Amino acid sequence: MSSTNYAYLSNYAIYSAMVLFTIAFFAHAVEVAFSVRNLDEKTKFDFTRTKRSGNLGTVMMVLAFIFLFAGVIFRGVSAHRVPWGNMYEFSITGALAFTGAYIYALWKYKIRWLGLPVALAVLLTLGTAITLLYRPSAPLVPALKSTWLAIHVSAAIISGGVFLLANCIAATYLILDRYESKGGRPEWARKLPTLDVLDQLTYRLVAFVFPLWTFAVIAGAIWAESAWGRYWGWDPKETWAFITWVAYAAYLHARVTIGWRGRKAAWLCLFAGSTFLFNYVYVNVWGTGRHTYSGL
Amino acid sequence: MRTALILLLLLGFAAIPGSIFPQRSQNPLKVSDYFKSNPGTAKFLDQLKMFDVYSSPWFSAIYILLFISLIGCVLPRTFEHLKGIGAKPPLTPKNLHRMEFHTQVEFGSLDLAEAWFKKRHFRIRRDSNSISAEKGFMRETGNLAFHLSLILILIGIGLGSLFGMKGDAIINVGDRFINIPTSYDVISFGKLQSEKALQPFSITATDFKATYELKTGAPSDYKLTVNISDPVGSKEVSKVVRVNSPLTFGSTKVYLQANGYSPLVTVRDKTGEIKYQGAVIFLPQDGNLTSTGAIKVPDMQPQVGFIGSFVPTFARNSQRGAFSTYPEVLDPRLLISIWTGDLGLDSGNPQSIYRLDTSKMERIGLKTLKLNEKYDFGQGSITFEGWTPWVNLQIVKDPGKFYALLGSIFAILGLLASLFTRSRRIWVKTNVDTPGVEVAGLAKNSAPGLEFEIASLVNEMRG
Ligand code: HEM
Repeated sequence: MSSTNYAYLSNYAIYSAMVLFTIAFFAHAVEVAFSVRNLDEKTKFDFTRTKRSGNLGTVMMVLAFIFLFAGVIFRGVSAHRVPWGNMYEFSITGALAFTGAYIYALWKYKIRWLGLPVALAVLLTLGTAITLLYRPSAPLVPALKSTWLAIHVSAAIISGGVFLLANCIAATYLILDRYESKGGRPEWARKLPTLDVLDQLTYRLVAFVFPLWTFAVIAGAIWAESAWGRYWGWDPKETWAFITWVAYAAYLHARVTIGWRGRKAAWLCLFAGSTFLFNYVYVNVWGTGRHTYSGL
Repeated sequence: MRTALILLLLLGFAAIPGSIFPQRSQNPLKVSDYFKSNPGTAKFLDQLKMFDVYSSPWFSAIYILLFISLIGCVLPRTFEHLKGIGAKPPLTPKNLHRMEFHTQVEFGSLDLAEAWFKKRHFRIRRDSNSISAEKGFMRETGNLAFHLSLILILIGIGLGSLFGMKGDAIINVGDRFINIPTSYDVISFGKLQSEKALQPFSITATDFKATYELKTGAPSDYKLTVNISDPVGSKEVSKVVRVNSPLTFGSTKVYLQANGYSPLVTVRDKTGEIKYQGAVIFLPQDGNLTSTGAIKVPDMQPQVGFIGSFVPTFARNSQRGAFSTYPEVLDPRLLISIWTGDLGLDSGNPQSIYRLDTSKMERIGLKTLKLNEKYDFGQGSITFEGWTPWVNLQIVKDPGKFYALLGSIFAILGLLASLFTRSRRIWVKTNVDTPGVEVAGLAKNSAPGLEFEIASLVNEMRG
């Protein structure tokens, strides 16, 4: 099969994944919205009513992951290289990593309710990718041809996926915290985990990827050294990677050494995550510097 | 501890302006553009060092303070930790029921518990009526290794900036570069480094091949072949340099950074005598390597200069004029405007070799030359003889790099050890008035899983 055929195949796989994500999104929405039936007294609830809808959501999520995976692989095959040479490819691979992180966390921590924000975030990412960022499949310019690039970017993308997931949980924490301080959770949110569990989960995810992100930054420096003759040059992209690193280190410190928990920690986590997103969107699209030469 | 956290966040914030304003160290041209377009604000910003953020006093102050507090906290802890290597775990506390995990069981004995601890490689202190056991020493070891590595990285960065050097040189293919200061277009030395430290090697560029995508004109490979001789005069060795694989001479590395074309021209006077002949380096203006430059002929009376544009694959339309449609030389043209008068070379002001100062000159002609075409401009003639590629070599010496890399590796290993080691203590105690034992545990940083461990211990003692 020719390169173009693989490129088409990749596009079809990604469209299909989007359809599946949409179904997953609605299934999870139904699950969350109608899950709680108030039995006779006020205190007794039935959470099982929409279990099937939730199961459907999970199945769709896994299928979507498989299609997205195929889409990313075909993209790489069509360009004869790793599929992360421009913004479009970062986005689809990032969405894949994010979904993967969710499925892993689902299996490990039973957090199915997260499916709703996850499906939404993936749909937004893929939607932006295919409408605004799409570029035909093409080989890389010489500076980007390096094993270290493949290592650096894959580590960065996986970190990004997990950071995003941690942000979803931290945001959920803050929303539920607000409800609780105002008198109690609304019905749809009763099934979600306790604040304590959310807080712990956020920390676990960050502690899990922080070494990977550190590694991503170092791999980037090694690559920059071999391509540009300096391992660190405070290029905007590098600067923001550093800021993200410092922000997450501050989050870990705040928890471990000062004992911040809950609300303050969640805000700090959201702040750190937003520096990552800022780097991705602002520096790639509007920024200057040497990292912007990949033609988006 | 709070100070460290604040300094850490502050360092992050302090790095932001450098990504907003152009930096002298990266893009001096953009900085001067900024000065031209808003002189007032630029002056003010410059006083705040906004164009040199990463070498500014306030940025340095933050990281120096951060590292002083780091050293102040980590060194004592390191000694403390080293002392603890052979030591036994601390004594069993009096009140175990205050611990997070606490159970009283009616069976079991200290011997059974000790066997269980030994099997799992706990460090044990056995007293007459209790066992204090501890596991997860690696957590603090890793944590300290991580923080100490940050110091090592900083030392590496410091060595590089004090003893390093960095320079750029453009050479035509066919030419030889000798590593002495005058061969460079730009060169800068670290604060404790001088010209004498340049390694005495030479590089002759023998061939350069750029490969481009046919459809888009995007480059797909650059390959530079060179003969190196180290030290100068010793036997030459042939090497290949690519974008991601530099040449190495000890701690000096030579990178292939950029490339372009030098048109070959011959300029003759009226009598046909050659007044200038050679390859003139032109600078690329776009992805298809339309390149511009200046040819200066001071030996003619009056002096003559040319502003030139080299177009590797020629096309022309009404909007853009002449331009290149592909970066390889397929159908080259040399566009020139011819000027006569005073080149200004003796004025004492430094001049760019890529620009013609036309303030004391007059334009006497315009011409588009094909390959091997000769043009007679009255006062003499110019012939477009061909072209040769040039490459920009970046030469960098950074003796601190190795320490920075070593620090990074230890930092990651330390981080993994610290974040993935669970540190916990378990106590087992017998009491005179109750049968069986009392079991309690404490997990540092509320690491998960201790309840299962205690359950397993209890199960073991049940037999
Ligand atoms: C101002 C200097 C610093 C001091 C005094 C300091 C001190 C500490 C201390 C006492 C811990 C506690 C670890 C434990 O007991 O489990 C810690 C953990 C940690 N520090 Fe630092 N640190 C400093 C700078 C930094 C920097 C610059 C970074 C990286 C950006 C960093 C990243 C971390 C990380 C990732 C942890 C592990 C947190 C965890 O276990 O979850 N530290 N630090």
